[in-house]
Amino acid sequence: MSALAEHAAAAVEHAGGAGAEGAEAYVGEAETREVRVHGGEIESLTAATQRGLGLRVWIGGRVGYGFGTELSAAGVAAIAERAVEAARVADEDEFAAPGEDSGVPPTPVGLSDPSQGEWSPARIAELALAVERSALAADERVVAVEQAVYFDAAERVAIAASGVAGGEYETTSCYAYLQALAQGDAGRETGLGFGLARGPAALDPEAIGREGAARATEMIGSSKPPSRSCPVVLDPTVAASFVGLLGKALGADSVQRGRSPLAERLGDEVAGEAFVLHDDGLDPAGFDSAPFDAEGTPRRCTALIEGGRLRSFLYDAYTARRGKAASTGNAGRSGYRSPPAVSASNLVVATGEKGLEELLGAAGDGVLVTDVAGLHSGVNPVTGVFSVGASGRAIRGGAAAEPLREFTIASDLVSMLRAVRAAGSEARWVPFGGSVSAPPLLIGELSVSGS
Amino acid sequence: MSAGDGLFEQGVAERVLARALANGGEFAELFAERRSGLTLAIDESRIEGVQSGAEEGAGVRVLSGGTTYFAHVDGLDPADLERAAGEAAAALRAERAEPRPLHAEAPAPLPVERPPGEVPAARKAELLRELDERSRAAGAEIAQVSASYGEARREVAVANSEGLLSGDDRTRVRIGAQAVARREGRVETGAETLGGHQGFELFDGDPAAIAEQAAGKALTLLEAGPAPTGTMPVVVGGGFGGVLFHEMTGHGLEADHVQKGASVYAGKLGEAVAQPLLTAYDDGRLPGEWGSDAIDDEGTPTQKTLVIEDGRLTGFLHDRRSAEREGVARTGNGRRESFRQLPIPRMTNTYIAPGEAEPEAIIAEVEKGFYAVSFAGGQVDPATGDFVFGVNEGYLIEGGRVTRPCRGATLVGNCLQALAAIDAIGDDFWMKTGICGKGGQKVPVGTGQGHIRIAAMTVGGTEA
Repeated sequence: MSALAEHAAAAVEHAGGAGAEGAEAYVGEAETREVRVHGGEIESLTAATQRGLGLRVWIGGRVGYGFGTELSAAGVAAIAERAVEAARVADEDEFAAPGEDSGVPPTPVGLSDPSQGEWSPARIAELALAVERSALAADERVVAVEQAVYFDAAERVAIAASGVAGGEYETTSCYAYLQALAQGDAGRETGLGFGLARGPAALDPEAIGREGAARATEMIGSSKPPSRSCPVVLDPTVAASFVGLLGKALGADSVQRGRSPLAERLGDEVAGEAFVLHDDGLDPAGFDSAPFDAEGTPRRCTALIEGGRLRSFLYDAYTARRGKAASTGNAGRSGYRSPPAVSASNLVVATGEKGLEELLGAAGDGVLVTDVAGLHSGVNPVTGVFSVGASGRAIRGGAAAEPLREFTIASDLVSMLRAVRAAGSEARWVPFGGSVSAPPLLIGELSVSGS
Repeated sequence: MSAGDGLFEQGVAERVLARALANGGEFAELFAERRSGLTLAIDESRIEGVQSGAEEGAGVRVLSGGTTYFAHVDGLDPADLERAAGEAAAALRAERAEPRPLHAEAPAPLPVERPPGEVPAARKAELLRELDERSRAAGAEIAQVSASYGEARREVAVANSEGLLSGDDRTRVRIGAQAVARREGRVETGAETLGGHQGFELFDGDPAAIAEQAAGKALTLLEAGPAPTGTMPVVVGGGFGGVLFHEMTGHGLEADHVQKGASVYAGKLGEAVAQPLLTAYDDGRLPGEWGSDAIDDEGTPTQKTLVIEDGRLTGFLHDRRSAEREGVARTGNGRRESFRQLPIPRMTNTYIAPGEAEPEAIIAEVEKGFYAVSFAGGQVDPATGDFVFGVNEGYLIEGGRVTRPCRGATLVGNCLQALAAIDAIGDDFWMKTGICGKGGQKVPVGTGQGHIRIAAMTVGGTEA
């Protein structure tokens, strides 16, 4: 047993001693590095180690959670005391109970790249500098890079629970991004470029820099479009942002509490046939892949929307019990500081037949949206009604034309999904608002308001 | 409390700083922290989500040339702190530098009358039950209510190679209520919060009033029609309405953005950026306020900074580095979410000072416009100044009167233009609490103002 697994097992034991009837411990350990560069110089270089324990306990139907960074025997005992005290304050919940033993699944291959650790601080700094240089070299109108960043993490997780076989796994991940600044006649434009991988060797700094430069320069000379309803193409980053929101609406906790636009819609037609969505907790390219979820339930691939119909919600052990369903292995957690909660793992939108050009051709006359702002504030999570700020390009004669800014797109999530006419043939992993793989999407009609 | 108490021994700090400068560097700093907290929630009239945690750790940074070398560890074991210092120094290749002897000097922490840790957890659960009942009693159409309670204590200590040794002991409490109203197929939500850099005394008045206000907002929105679309005068409410100023102007005043040329306010010091009726401050010392602390996270005492005086831009918000780069005084705005992050210039409590107009008169002068009472949040691109805000509670103004509530509006615009277009400021002033995100770090901030009016702004409505 690793030291991590030993801490987890000790916590479960202490919890029993403190009066818990059931307990589940999670120990996370991570080494992370980050480099920020600006103007050809290293702005900051960070190295960090984090290690802590989170403990969930049950007393009857009462649940409590404690966490801490002190992992000595006395420290773990104190965390157990905190968790048990917390449980005593909670009210009883008939569906609250420790998870059941579902066995320890094998770790999917491809979750870690051992060569990541071989990259010295100097080498990862060089990668970040290359990202910045590439953006500056791509177009003379790119006058600066606000910041180019490289980040990597090596994480180990162990869980243990009363009456359940424990498990552990490790992953590596890294990403790089930049915000390029282009100078136009009317002011500055910004453009984001990014890439993510299991290890730095798989990142393409040139491509990341070029993307940021292209996104910034394309916006030069942008204007407000007239207000109207028209066909809209969402680029993969924008499609992914909306799919991230959809993932929250598909969580059985929101559904059971009547806080989702998809509540009571199981089996209904909620999307155009072209929109097919899975939650895949095992795809090696997805950053949220793991052998098991935050409660130890094996990760799996779940069809959520297929044939235009809503096929399943996302469940953890609690919502499964409450909804008389099986857990889909969707207990997630952001680390030892917070207890498990229902969340999507990797949301994967199926690709279609058409390339982006063909989607624009099919749209004919409309708007290509390449960026949205204010998603967290502009969407009502209960109803799915949204109105968000956007920028992008006009679509004229079936091709991308002049840049557009300062407009809003408005609809509600389900209406927009039902209006999906086609999915593009090339998908991309996007890390904003969860881990999502999405192709561009053609929406038949959407309300665009500008001037 | 004396600086560093209980977090590290002075001798440990001296060894860590010496180790951090072993390979050179102009400046080294040890920042240590112990944080503990309790959160609980009520949902479906049931107390749940009870979480209790305690963490400690430290960050060591070394500044050399324009580069920051940083390492942080969980835990305060002296050996780990020295190891972190070694890691921070690892990539440096210059000659050893010597830190100055430490000299303890910490201002008194802000007063906390009743530490929440001494109040029984059952009392906090009781408070949430009061919120739940009060919200449900607001109307038969209130379908769901949830509320949360959070308390946190942060003990921090800072030691640096210039001899500074300081510390702070910060306690914050906050409650929030959310209500969902339902009428046939329509569902609307309303939310309200109350928080401060205070102890349980914050709840001495009528804290459950926020639950009633949240329910009131949701019920009002049931009556809401589509929001108007187009350019029109916009009246913004006081208190949390100040988040608009926070986002569209406050971030552009943070000196890191300014120095990178990524702020629309760069090079505008002394220039008119607003009409003469507007004066604004950032004040990290406001007693009891959510964004207040005794020192910032670099050990600089917090202060009241005049940022706009009679419409002229008078100052930026600095941390140690940005102040040094410009040769100006620090303003006590070097803040960090925790020991796991580097300090950067951040707002504390940022507000537009009260004006002279009566709020009723500000609205009465508008023929056709929009009244934004509270925002769901917003985003601004500091480089271009473009921003977008989701309006949570908004109304139509017709013929100088507030006529009906509107659903789903957004405000879209540009900071420089919108700030310059403020043509009325109310004499009614209050503050609200917010959590501000920047560079992946969340810190508590206060926002405030009276009613203000922006002469022309784009409203992105739900009318096509």
